[in-house]
Amino acid sequence: MNIPLLTVLGRMTLAFFEATGAVTAFAFQALRLSVQPPYYRQQMVRQILEIGYYSLPVVGLTAIFTGMVLALQSYTGFARFSAESAIPNVVVVSLTRELGPVLAALMVAGRVGAAMAAEIGTMRVTEQIDALTTLSTNPFKYLVVPRLIAGVVTLPILVLVADIIGVLGGFLVGVYKLDFNDTAYLRNTIDFLQFQDVFSGLVKAAVFGFLITLMGCYHGYTSKGGAQGVGMATTNAVVSASMLILTFNYFLTEAFFAR
Amino acid sequence: MSSSKISLRGVTKAFDTKKVLQGIDFDVAPGESLVVIGGSGSGKSVLLKCILGLMAPDSGSIRVDGEETVDFNDHGRARVMRKFGMLFQGGALFDSLRVWENVAFGPIQSDGMKPDQAREVAIAKLGAVGLGPEIGELFPSELSGGMQKRVALARAIAREPEIIFFDEPTTGLDPIMADVINDLIVKCVSDLGATAISITHDMASARKIGHRIGMLYEGKLIWQGPVAEIDRSGNAHVEQFIHGRAEGPIQMQVRRL
Repeated sequence: MNIPLLTVLGRMTLAFFEATGAVTAFAFQALRLSVQPPYYRQQMVRQILEIGYYSLPVVGLTAIFTGMVLALQSYTGFARFSAESAIPNVVVVSLTRELGPVLAALMVAGRVGAAMAAEIGTMRVTEQIDALTTLSTNPFKYLVVPRLIAGVVTLPILVLVADIIGVLGGFLVGVYKLDFNDTAYLRNTIDFLQFQDVFSGLVKAAVFGFLITLMGCYHGYTSKGGAQGVGMATTNAVVSASMLILTFNYFLTEAFFAR
Repeated sequence: MSSSKISLRGVTKAFDTKKVLQGIDFDVAPGESLVVIGGSGSGKSVLLKCILGLMAPDSGSIRVDGEETVDFNDHGRARVMRKFGMLFQGGALFDSLRVWENVAFGPIQSDGMKPDQAREVAIAKLGAVGLGPEIGELFPSELSGGMQKRVALARAIAREPEIIFFDEPTTGLDPIMADVINDLIVKCVSDLGATAISITHDMASARKIGHRIGMLYEGKLIWQGPVAEIDRSGNAHVEQFIHGRAEGPIQMQVRRL
């Protein structure tokens, strides 16, 4: 009874390390190729639009409601200690440091990571990736590198916009529902905000952008079989990207703010 | 031997314990059209993928114009791929690009041709396969199966390759459209003076587009010879295959109820 259990455990451990190694090798290959010409600018622009522009509505909605809820929840808590004036500070710091990058990244992982895995996975199973090779085009460079660069470049911009919209959400609730003075709310927001709060969030966003696109591309590129394989690749891309976002978020927070 | 366009010696490929190719040897002369026939799972597609470098053989030698290609790096592979055109079984057209962009993909991305010039090339190639310029503005999903095959053929010949591979070119087409595609293949290969390797299990297609036929069975090339000789091959496996008989030395793995 113990032997099969150990066997299963061993296989799971080996599979984990095998997958980790494969993803790492995939990432290094992408990084190596990203500095070698040719550069597919049109592909990159298309991906920047896909990740950034087309994700704006969903990320914006997430941000504004998060900011609004944050202001409401902070009020119910802080009112007990007569610390309502800290609400603008809590809203802006929470958003810029944590909620802006993490929630935006999770939304993008669901929207863009899944789409990338599905698109590249379909190209794999319909031999379109092989067709690229026969047309003397490195499929890795044509499909993966522009997406990774677009992810790293675009997500910080998206998060910056999300931060602003989120703070606006908190401002609207603070001023129109909780009867804060608008000038005082804005002054509290700006005075307590530090460069590192925003900067750490943007660095997180760049890392999350890399992780989302890496997982989308990796699972799509390595998908096997037909529709079922593509479906599995899509699910795996979203789940693994979400897990990595939350894991890396802790380590990045530790790197920036741990004393 | 050195005059061969493509030369294979002792090519083997296995997936786990399944030996798909077991020592393939053949030569294809410049301008010659070789058709490889064989049942499903006989290793035809794997053979093409090994020659194209999409799959690495376990052992053996694959020479193109006398140059060994098995151990090529990315740069060497890209250079030799310039000589190839490939018509995939399902077309493998890029869904996100218009038809003309599909045909012009190689000239633009790989040869650095300006888009305007490449568009003219694409329209000319579409014309060569019997499609009007208006088709160029459509997306692949808006085309019928036969039209997709024609577009894929136009893409395969867009860079005027020296070698063209055809993977099951008539599969999934009605007999009339299949014959249209066969005629187009013969015309395009002849116009370009290209060397061709086709894989198919459609004997009408094999007889029409090939100069020579080879039969792959259980990973081995069990017979090869001129098209005219296939009807008197003297090989029981070939006889059974070309006449499509259920009874014979080739036993399909069908579980009886």
